[in-house]
Amino acid sequence: MELISNAPTGPIEQSWDKHKFDLKLINPANKRKYNIIVVGSGLAGGAAAASLGELGYNVQCFCYQDSPRRAHSIAAQGGINAAKNYHNDGDSIYRLFYDTVKGGDFRSREANVYRLAQVSVNIIDQCVAQGVPFAREYGGLLDNRSFGGAQVSRTFYARGQTGQQLLLGAYQALERQIGLGAVKMHPRMDMLDLIVVDGQARGIVTRSLYDGKIEVHMADAVILATGGYANVFYLSTNAKGCNATAIWRAYKRGALFANPCFTQIHPTCIPVAGEYQSKLTLMSESLRNDGRIWVPKQPGDKRAPGSIPESERDYYLERRYPSFGNLVPRDIASRAAKAECDAGRGVGETGLGVYLDLADSIQRLGKRTIAERYGNLIEMYERITGEDPYKVPMRIYPASHYVMGGLWVDYNLMSTIPGLFVLGEANFSDHGANRLGASALMQGLADGYFIIPYAIGDYLATAKPAQVAVDAPAAKEAVANATAITKKLLNANGNRTVDSFHRELGKIVWDNCGMARNEAGLKKALAQIPALREDFWKNVRVLGANEEFNQSLERAGRVADFFELAELMCLDALDRRESCGGHFREEYQTPEGEALRDDANYSYVAAWEYQGQDRAPALTKEPLTFNYVKPSQRSYK
Amino acid sequence: MKLTLHVWRQKNAQDTGGMVRYDVPNVNEHMSFLEMLDVLNESLIEKGQDPIAFDHDCREGICGMCGMMINGKAHGGFPGTTVCQVHMRHFKDGDVIYLEPWRAKAFPVIKDLAVNRASFDRIIAAGGFISVPTGSAPDGNAIPIRKQDADLAMDAAACIGCGACVAACPNAAAALFVGAKISHLGHLPQGKVERDRRALAMVQQMNIEGFANCTNIGECEAACPKDIKLEVIARTNRDYIKAAFTERPDSTSAGAG
Repeated sequence: MELISNAPTGPIEQSWDKHKFDLKLINPANKRKYNIIVVGSGLAGGAAAASLGELGYNVQCFCYQDSPRRAHSIAAQGGINAAKNYHNDGDSIYRLFYDTVKGGDFRSREANVYRLAQVSVNIIDQCVAQGVPFAREYGGLLDNRSFGGAQVSRTFYARGQTGQQLLLGAYQALERQIGLGAVKMHPRMDMLDLIVVDGQARGIVTRSLYDGKIEVHMADAVILATGGYANVFYLSTNAKGCNATAIWRAYKRGALFANPCFTQIHPTCIPVAGEYQSKLTLMSESLRNDGRIWVPKQPGDKRAPGSIPESERDYYLERRYPSFGNLVPRDIASRAAKAECDAGRGVGETGLGVYLDLADSIQRLGKRTIAERYGNLIEMYERITGEDPYKVPMRIYPASHYVMGGLWVDYNLMSTIPGLFVLGEANFSDHGANRLGASALMQGLADGYFIIPYAIGDYLATAKPAQVAVDAPAAKEAVANATAITKKLLNANGNRTVDSFHRELGKIVWDNCGMARNEAGLKKALAQIPALREDFWKNVRVLGANEEFNQSLERAGRVADFFELAELMCLDALDRRESCGGHFREEYQTPEGEALRDDANYSYVAAWEYQGQDRAPALTKEPLTFNYVKPSQRSYK
Repeated sequence: MKLTLHVWRQKNAQDTGGMVRYDVPNVNEHMSFLEMLDVLNESLIEKGQDPIAFDHDCREGICGMCGMMINGKAHGGFPGTTVCQVHMRHFKDGDVIYLEPWRAKAFPVIKDLAVNRASFDRIIAAGGFISVPTGSAPDGNAIPIRKQDADLAMDAAACIGCGACVAACPNAAAALFVGAKISHLGHLPQGKVERDRRALAMVQQMNIEGFANCTNIGECEAACPKDIKLEVIARTNRDYIKAAFTERPDSTSAGAG
């Protein structure tokens, strides 16, 4: 298969404007004749469903939660980037573009990233108009803060709840359309399959989480905005319900999966406390603005942090990266923490932790200012650990948090299946091999508010999808497939719980395809995962029936897909014999231990095509060219 | 530590339901409350018994999905804390804990501790928004907003829609939830345009959903995991009363052209 990015050529500054003009339109009276399915109701899905409803399309929106307001975008804390340059500190669209391409370690598509930087300014305007209560200065204007990987202050925020407030903005816009009858909402629904008719995405199969009812929904286009797959690690900062089922089943219907091994490990999470741990909690990266990260110089130093004198502390990020200091990008901060802990200098009971110390900032700015900036985070930390960060340094450790990989999309956000669009974290497009902080919210809203409304009109006007009946053979086959999977899970009747399998899978993936990877480990994982998967299908125990509210059954289906995805992740990681961004192959590093890219051989997007259950997927490469930001060894020193 | 749980078990909305006793040994003080329930559920599945259904998702206290009555208190009654953020260090060996779902006519039970809160969404759909189509916004700094107003709006906007206020209220009123949205949007200049319509529409929908009236008891404020203040209800009342007198029906003339 050949991958055509459809990225416009010509001067990058004008390419989106020109492309928008070239996209075909649908007249307002005809829009209501088109049905569009949106799966997922987070920033990307919620914004898309609301915007398309406003335009006049018939929209159906699906989410697994009990309300669209609960999508995991809500948990983003720190902020959203935009190239407003309100602070006159040298920011510009070009600089945001530059920082994002560089931060992604030169593995993203330039045209997409430029567009993202361009629409970032519209996002802030839109959100302010919706009533998002961004932080303000006393003059009444919007406040900004700085974030990792940038030397300007371009991050807009609403206390430590930016994701919540942006999501509520999108949710309220969505509810308005629901009230007006333009969007029909289907909460507590899992998408179990994609229906492809004559090569076009034409519908989905869903299972109601209330009563197990399997339904077919047909449409003229399908949008997946179902987030990422970080829960493949079992322990992650994602919500418990976050899953890859929608994108995975679309992959099995022919959509190519790009860069699955590009996962992001967030440097500042609360360390794991015990075996029973169900998830990890992020502490916003914004804390690195005012928190200094350190470990004791002496390995195995078990003194309380307060009794370790200044001279015996190693502020290792400030030492190793003097110009960015504690604000180096996430992949670098995470690996540096791992290196300290591997060398025996980690802190806390497990030795898997480093200090994030607010003491200097409290002394400089006062407790009140710190509380204003991070109060809710500090309270959350205290609730979980029982320790007071105003008095003792916080303990943090990296955790799986976000995935840059996802379904391959072209410049119009369309996958390799015509009519199947993929937005937000679910696609692979903008962040390359490493996402910068405060850019996920930006991308989700850019895709949902400002890109898909244009792209979808062009597709519908060009493809002119024909009428398809709900009992089309492809729909029946998809229903049979979804039903068979559910039955198989219920009939296994083994002796192990879903969670115990998921935990074991997560450990294999974390140990071998986590913060650092190597050939031997990946090969080991590629042997262990299929064996465990086989055991899962034989020995999993899912009680109850399909026709009821059955949370174990929901989880079982999701974990079954994580097994397959984990294998693809490891395969991709093995195939990419270089280090870049979040993908750190131990064999490929500079003498200082930094990621060593191989642009001559790996400057491409790796897109994998499903070939059937027992066959290896096929690799197609989309070469990446850089006309504006010249690839270089990233330096934050 | 060792705990005794009495948990509300109800197969579905039609079932009458009842309390069932479970002994939970080996509870670690570092576990979260929901992790304690996970461990119990794992052991129930291993014994071939139906695990306890309860809603949860982010487990960071922000999505609003979790919620149950612990010993008669919404989310357990710890200040500013959702149940997913409660840790077992607050309990001691031998404690007896009663778990029940939110109880309100407008929140029918789905199964065990999980309830249906779609009524909250319908209240927002009735008027809890600012009508601003995508792409039509002026520059974000075009309208300066007093920091105090932005802060007050943010205080109210922190609501996570969990329903603890309704569960704690002896009347099962949704006044705190509705007031939070009315205050959030009403404090901002962008939200003032639709203030009257919003108050009328949201209160009307609240009544249709079967939430009862507020009688100023204040249990909601005490139970709210996001510390939403009772004053938001006063704001609803002011907006509602004013709008009831001043709001006119929409003009039916479309104008020339």
